[in-house]
Amino acid sequence: MSGFAPGTFTPAPGRGRLGRMLWAQTRTEAVLTLRNGEQVLLTVLIPVALLVALSLMSVVPMPEPRVGSAVARILALAVISSAFTGQAIALGFDRRYGVLKRLAATALPRWLLVAGRVAAGFAVVAVQVVILCVTALLLGWQPPTAAGALWAVVLLVLGTLSFGALGVLLGGALRAEIVLALANIAWFLLLLVGGVALGVDGLPSWLVTVVELLPSAALAEGLQSALVDGSAPGVRPVLVLIAWGVAAGTLASRTTKLG
Amino acid sequence: MEVSGLVKKYGSVVAVDGLDLVVERGSVLALLGPNGAGKTTTVEVCEGFRRADGGSVRVLGSDPRSPDLRARVGVMPQGGGGYPGVRADEMLRLVAACAARPLDPAWLLDVLGLSGVGRTPYKRLSGGQQQRLSLACALVGRPELVFLDEPTAGMDPQARRLVWELVGALRSDGVSVLLTTHLMDEAEALADAVVIMDGGRVVAAGTPAELTSPHADDQQLRFRARPGLDLSLLTGALPEGLRVREASRGTYLVQGRIDPQVVSTVTSWCAQQGVLAEELTVARRSLEDVFLDLTGRELRS
Repeated sequence: MSGFAPGTFTPAPGRGRLGRMLWAQTRTEAVLTLRNGEQVLLTVLIPVALLVALSLMSVVPMPEPRVGSAVARILALAVISSAFTGQAIALGFDRRYGVLKRLAATALPRWLLVAGRVAAGFAVVAVQVVILCVTALLLGWQPPTAAGALWAVVLLVLGTLSFGALGVLLGGALRAEIVLALANIAWFLLLLVGGVALGVDGLPSWLVTVVELLPSAALAEGLQSALVDGSAPGVRPVLVLIAWGVAAGTLASRTTKLG
Repeated sequence: MEVSGLVKKYGSVVAVDGLDLVVERGSVLALLGPNGAGKTTTVEVCEGFRRADGGSVRVLGSDPRSPDLRARVGVMPQGGGGYPGVRADEMLRLVAACAARPLDPAWLLDVLGLSGVGRTPYKRLSGGQQQRLSLACALVGRPELVFLDEPTAGMDPQARRLVWELVGALRSDGVSVLLTTHLMDEAEALADAVVIMDGGRVVAAGTPAELTSPHADDQQLRFRARPGLDLSLLTGALPEGLRVREASRGTYLVQGRIDPQVVSTVTSWCAQQGVLAEELTVARRSLEDVFLDLTGRELRS
């Protein structure tokens, strides 16, 4: 009765090459993010629009040079958008649609599942950085010194890892709709009072102490030093980012559910 | 694959309670039972997704949680699985990339009737299409052992036939299959061995033939005729130990040891009554009957 040639399904199991698996997974995840309209809105369009607005309009107080300060803050926002909010929402719905379980049942090792996601996160941040920097140059941005640019890259990597861990913590444990709501609210709050859109300078002093301990303010402040002053970030912003990343990563490794 | 004394609890609820089963290499075993019988829990323990609370499970000679096992086993989880926005062909290619010698994804999509939706995002596929993609993902790595959890749920009859044909091809090519189903005909058509579960326990196990072969004195003769016939004469004419009843309006059932003499008695009684017995059959018990007998409940309730 069978229409299949004998031997079609004869077992020939084996694990694919690690490099090929990593590439396939990274590529799939990065392409999915960049193909998703809402993700593009969140990770590219809104940051570009805010960059233009902050650079050209003086509604929000901003240290001079204005475009340089705007780039620093909007790059921080871009990382929050993709590594945290976008990541959390995607993970929430990926779990809903059972893809983690599906992939966990293949020969893909668990560490590679995480590595692929991290690599895709970096790929998306790289695309964001290129688009935002080109936009900034068109707005008359003076590029930073080589040392400042290098520090900026270090901070962006650290920020992506730290916010990525927070995104996984949120997206890996709760129901997709709740993740969607919380991730957007958190994005909005960090933008407004997390030391991103508004620098910490304008805030009451008791609030400054709190906000300075947030990873958003740490990233924005560090990028401001690197991109505007061309200097190394202070120790505090770096420690704050590492502390949040380690804490969130440790917690997420216990709370993240496949389905 | 061997499971013995498997126990799995969720809080105070015992989902699987001392289950034993063996899947011989190259054979198909069907776990049959109603929803909530513990089928999926059992399969998920065997797949390594859940930890057993008791008993032992060996899959291809290894602990089911062993990472080395993943490449040798194909899994079709209940309800499938894919990125919401991933295209069907991208998903299958991704899973194929995890295997050393995969089947050709394009061919497999075609076989499963998914070529036309290869570029459709996963979340826009119908339930049956998602199931078929999930089956493709389970098979693409050319595994030795395949777990299929409710493989035909949500499929139309044509797709179900196709899956049956595929399972037949897997079996003849030496792939072992553990599948769960609540469909009797599926278990009867596909399985070399059937394990019937209810309430986390095995209530019966054997080949479909063993399970359904009538005990010599537990056969049934069924026929249709005008409703409301007086059966007392027939009961009197039949040998001792045979039970006669109108099972539903116009359908009559004679249960017990059915031999040619019994058939003859029934037809002559019909002639005396001046009625024509239609659809007269001497039926084998179905697995459905077996389940009903063992648990007192319908399988699909």
